[in-house]
Amino acid sequence: MAASEVEVSASPVSNETGYRSFELGEFGFARDEYFVYISWTAKGQKLSHTMSADAFLRATMRCVAWGFFYGWLNFDDIFGTQQLYGRVKFYAGRFSPAFHDQGLDHEEIFETPRAMATFKEMLADWTNDGYDPFAAPDETGLSWIGKKNGSNEEAIGREREVCRRMPGLPGDAPLRTDESGRPVNRAFADVPQDQPEVHAEPGFEGEVHAHNLFGYLSRSDVTWNPSVSSIVKQSLFCPTTEEYILPVKHGNDRMEWFIQLSDQIDWEIEDKETGRPRAKVIMKAGDVSIMPADIRHQGFSKKRSMLLVWENGNPDLPAMYEKGELPVNLSGEF
Amino acid sequence: MAMTEFQTVFGSLKNYEKGDIEIIDDDKKNYTFSNVFEIASKSAPYERVVVGKNLEYVLETIRAEGTSDWYTTSHDEFALVMDGYVELDLVKLDNPETIAPPEKEGAVKLKGDPEGKKMGLIKMKRGHQALLPVGAAYRFRAPDSDAVGVILMQTCKGEESIEKWAEICYT
Ligand SMILES: [Fe+2]
Repeated sequence: MAASEVEVSASPVSNETGYRSFELGEFGFARDEYFVYISWTAKGQKLSHTMSADAFLRATMRCVAWGFFYGWLNFDDIFGTQQLYGRVKFYAGRFSPAFHDQGLDHEEIFETPRAMATFKEMLADWTNDGYDPFAAPDETGLSWIGKKNGSNEEAIGREREVCRRMPGLPGDAPLRTDESGRPVNRAFADVPQDQPEVHAEPGFEGEVHAHNLFGYLSRSDVTWNPSVSSIVKQSLFCPTTEEYILPVKHGNDRMEWFIQLSDQIDWEIEDKETGRPRAKVIMKAGDVSIMPADIRHQGFSKKRSMLLVWENGNPDLPAMYEKGELPVNLSGEF
Repeated sequence: MAMTEFQTVFGSLKNYEKGDIEIIDDDKKNYTFSNVFEIASKSAPYERVVVGKNLEYVLETIRAEGTSDWYTTSHDEFALVMDGYVELDLVKLDNPETIAPPEKEGAVKLKGDPEGKKMGLIKMKRGHQALLPVGAAYRFRAPDSDAVGVILMQTCKGEESIEKWAEICYT
């Protein structure tokens, strides 16, 4: 079932703001000049959550680009999505004890194509001309504010860059160049762009291969959006460039590893279930740290930085963690 | 912000600053927090120190200094140069499976020189990443003692992988 064939429940255009409202199951989504309103019903009471439209659109953009990624994508302390691989759970208040303890939270599972189609239409309708939810605030305008004013299909339609083995190999993902419309980002103007010297003997041109990964990353035009740039079986290098704030608090359904390649990111670590703060992990160039499987994390990067996210893409992992077959961190190895 | 205001900070053996963990209600051990330059500054040349592990997969930090032994694997590996200058020799092995059979994961050290056809040579600096293709033998060379290399390997855990978490991580 392709996302385009799925029916999306949307209201007519609002006379006042120009935006449409959306429904997905029992969740309602509406936006106005500044805010997005998420509504649900619990214990016979109508409840709602108000977010900045800017923050909501940045988070929704990641849900769409990442296909709901691994684990939990908390838009904030109240609303989020959980990856069920083929299906996706939306929740409000589930990981906020004030709501959950009183039974005022709401969870609903949807087939992924339906949830994806709804988010894509919402994103298309609510993204104004001149606003890029993938960009750092310094790079994009304030045109997310206000009544509906045009659209930005080019920005929200970017495809995630995924290689099969390594970019630049014959038949694999292309390298990023000026000519292919991928200039060096303003914050990485000082990153050397020279390529490694590759001397392949005749017949081995397709296998003797190297490229400038830091140069490749300097040409990323998005923030907080990992690409896949080298693969060993299910071991995935997912480097990304980060500036400002990760638009979601990511909760893991597996261990995730970070290698800070340049500059600095501060990670706020919270308990996955309650949101209680646990630690702040300050990562500088060359640092390696695990994001354990029982936490949620949100990164803050003042200067645009290069982060290598390292994932184990084994699809059996979430079930193994759920059954308690795998440790949530490696502290038992010391 | 104008472009000139940005200065990208990479780490190096000679100049790195390790981050920190501020604990609120947690244990530093839960983060297996290390720094590849710190590890390489204390490593023997070409020792493969595990800095990341996710089941059978590992990340290894290598101090590249002088010439390494030859290695091969039953799967692809990738080498990312984090600092210094490193050369990489590749040879297509005549009989790779006799050294690294398909069920054996991780790097296997060759006894002596490889038998096979020369594939090529790659010269790498900081930020450069190379494919170490399955079926090939490889060795690293870091000829310049002023540009000792630090390599981050993407591979599987094998007989050459060294785990010493308590020595490299915040506890
Ligand atoms: Fe994450």
